[in-house]
Amino acid sequence: MDLSYSADELAFQSEVRAFLDAELPPEMSAKVRAGTDLTKAQMENWHGILNARGWLAVTWPTEHGGPGWGPVKRHIFEEECCRAFAPRTVPFGLNMLGPVLIAFGTTDQQAEYLPRILDGRDWWCQGYSEPGAGSDLASLKTRAVRDGDHYVINGQKTWTTLGQHANRIFCLVRTKAEGKPQEGISFVLLDLDTPGIEMRPIKLIEGGFEVNEVFFTDVRVPVANLVGTENEGWTIAKFLLSHERTNIAGVGFSMTALSEVKRLAQQVRRSGKPLSENPHFAARMAEIEIDLEAMKITNLRMLAQAEAQGAPGAETSMLKIKGTVIRQALNDLARRALGPAAAPLPSEDLEGNAALVPPDFANGAARYFNNRKLSIFGGSNEIQRNILAKHALGL
Amino acid sequence: MDFSLTDDRRMLADTLARYLADQYPIEHRNTVAYAAPFHDPAKWAELAELGVIGALVPEAKGGFGGTGFDIAVVFEALGRALCPEPMLAALMGLTALSHTDQELDPIIAGETRIALATGELDAPYSSSDIATTATGDRLTGRKSVVYGGGVADTLLVTARHGAGIGLYQVAASDTQITPFGMVDGGGAAEVFLDNTPATRLLADAGPALAHAETAGIVALCAEAVGVMEVLKDQTLDYLKTRKQFGRAIGDFQVLQHRMVDLTIEIEQARSITIQAADSLGTPHGPRHASMAKNLIGRAGKLVSEEAIQLHGGIAMTWEYPVSHYAKRLIMIDHQLGDTDTHLERVIAG
Ligand SMILES: Cc1cc2nc3c(=O)[nH]c(=O)nc-3n(C[C@H](O)[C@H](O)[C@H](O)COP(=O)(O)OP(=O)(O)OC[C@H]3O[C@@H](n4cnc5c(N)ncnc54)[C@H](O)[C@@H]3O)c2cc1C
Repeated sequence: MDLSYSADELAFQSEVRAFLDAELPPEMSAKVRAGTDLTKAQMENWHGILNARGWLAVTWPTEHGGPGWGPVKRHIFEEECCRAFAPRTVPFGLNMLGPVLIAFGTTDQQAEYLPRILDGRDWWCQGYSEPGAGSDLASLKTRAVRDGDHYVINGQKTWTTLGQHANRIFCLVRTKAEGKPQEGISFVLLDLDTPGIEMRPIKLIEGGFEVNEVFFTDVRVPVANLVGTENEGWTIAKFLLSHERTNIAGVGFSMTALSEVKRLAQQVRRSGKPLSENPHFAARMAEIEIDLEAMKITNLRMLAQAEAQGAPGAETSMLKIKGTVIRQALNDLARRALGPAAAPLPSEDLEGNAALVPPDFANGAARYFNNRKLSIFGGSNEIQRNILAKHALGL
Repeated sequence: MDFSLTDDRRMLADTLARYLADQYPIEHRNTVAYAAPFHDPAKWAELAELGVIGALVPEAKGGFGGTGFDIAVVFEALGRALCPEPMLAALMGLTALSHTDQELDPIIAGETRIALATGELDAPYSSSDIATTATGDRLTGRKSVVYGGGVADTLLVTARHGAGIGLYQVAASDTQITPFGMVDGGGAAEVFLDNTPATRLLADAGPALAHAETAGIVALCAEAVGVMEVLKDQTLDYLKTRKQFGRAIGDFQVLQHRMVDLTIEIEQARSITIQAADSLGTPHGPRHASMAKNLIGRAGKLVSEEAIQLHGGIAMTWEYPVSHYAKRLIMIDHQLGDTDTHLERVIAG
């Protein structure tokens, strides 16, 4: 066993650092660090910078424009991006639809859509969940009825992340009412400009806008926009979910969050001393650091295993559970460290001399509340436990 | 032993609960709680008229209550309605003032409003570390996150003078106040004192402050219990009605057990709050208050996080009331000493 990076991996790490030093716009990293939303243009700009370097679609094979990295390099890249407070890339085209088209799409679909994901002409969003179909995704009701060489779609999707920026949506729709629910689902691609689609924003717990509801009324979609075979969309759905879960451990995010909490705890003063010297707070911080240290290795072990098996297995559910628990614990710690100063809503009146805490930390409470989503989406942590119990433990 | 409320308190609890259910529905609450002035002045006047402020003050001082149980009854009802009115500021201000010979009637009547300005950025929870200084009748320093400070006419400020820490009265109009709204609703303020004229009420603020703080902790714990009860009811109801995989999600045993654990913690939270309310004003008061605040901090985090998790995505939305209750419950741990602060106090004895 050898836990150190090889010479090649170390060289890669330096290369990534140099790239980020040179290319990451400081106004973007400042926003990421403070936990404020990037504009659509900023996100597109960052995609463009990565794409120019060939480092945008990190999970794609080289023939489709991926960099051809193995799990360790991907891990290094993620870690360095987090360390530099680079924006996270928008996953819907890159980590979800891209791999689906590569595995299930026709060559025409690949030729049409993959380049548009890379160069930013398309911004995709994910239309899976419905008000009545969350954990039980297969119970989805949005219907697609064949009419000549079109489908006519009626129904509703919800929780559509960043749909407000998107021009396209991939959807799971019901194409057959009879039989097992899983056997009547199809995977279709829609242009959000199609008549009959309406998007409405949902305001989240902390006041932010990142998710939406999407309503479909007699929306006509060419049958050519079907991916894979009609009624076999469930296979694609499961494939996509397992890819959604790669990188789900968020080790890079947690490492950055930990170093930020440490920095905060050195600045906050309690009883004449830095909070980092308070034994109770220090113990909380150390416990999470220990969990994270183990998580780094667990993550790499499981990624290596997935790579060897060719596909992520049920074990990645472990990464999702433990990874999100650690991230949420770090958010909890940052919020606690602020004490009463966590209370204010963002306000121009509290800038400069009137600020209660350095601007990087002012969003501590909002970030904590917003990240309660981590254990709900991408397959809730309860559902992940069901998967592990059944498929990893045979219970 | 008798755990039932007296008739007077039961009546107060019922009247207040009815009033809030009627006049402070969650939609109204969310409209006023997050926009300046971060409460509803008309409702404040009505609450005063109902006698809610008077219930926080002993008869000898012009009120008709003032015991730990009076405070707990009022604040549990406020918690259930998620009421953003600055009642904590009134309670703590009145409690501190009850150690002086100041006239309390205008405050009880809702005509003037006060706020207690003790915490500072580097000394949010402990009055002995404050840096604000008094030079004669002038104060200089900064008081941070003063609850109700944005709408108060009078501030009660702690400051160091030659011989210790005193309690001073400052007219809001004489100082620079920056009001702000809070993530869980309601308002507070930063108070900047720069050679600000003040009147010294007490040379030694210690006993008055300790009393105000203990009363404030009892109030926050009771409020938290009210919030928890609502979260429990809403979550239980959702478990019974939300269907996934062809059945109510409450059929899944793993969720049943977690709901049971919540229920146990809420009962514990209620018990420790009763204990703290009972010993308010006795030598055990501060220690029991610290025990309560520590337990409430732990139980509150569990109840808040589990209420959201057991609901799934819906509880992440602004529109669904659970999100606001969950925020309030978490942020109570940021007021008057957090879980760790009170753990330290319990350890110290
Ligand atoms: C911020 C956010 C962004 C999202 N973005 C997207 C997106 O872009 N596209 C998209 O399609 N979806 C998205 N989602 C939806 C997300 O995938 C769902 O919220 C998730 O699948 C859970 O569904 P639900 O919210 O309906 O909860 P429910 O499925 O109703 O679950 C409620 C509770 O019951 C538990 N539960 C359910 N079934 C079981 C069981 N069998 N055993 C034990 N416990 C169970 C759950 O774990 C949860 O605790 C997003 C959600 C959020 C909150």
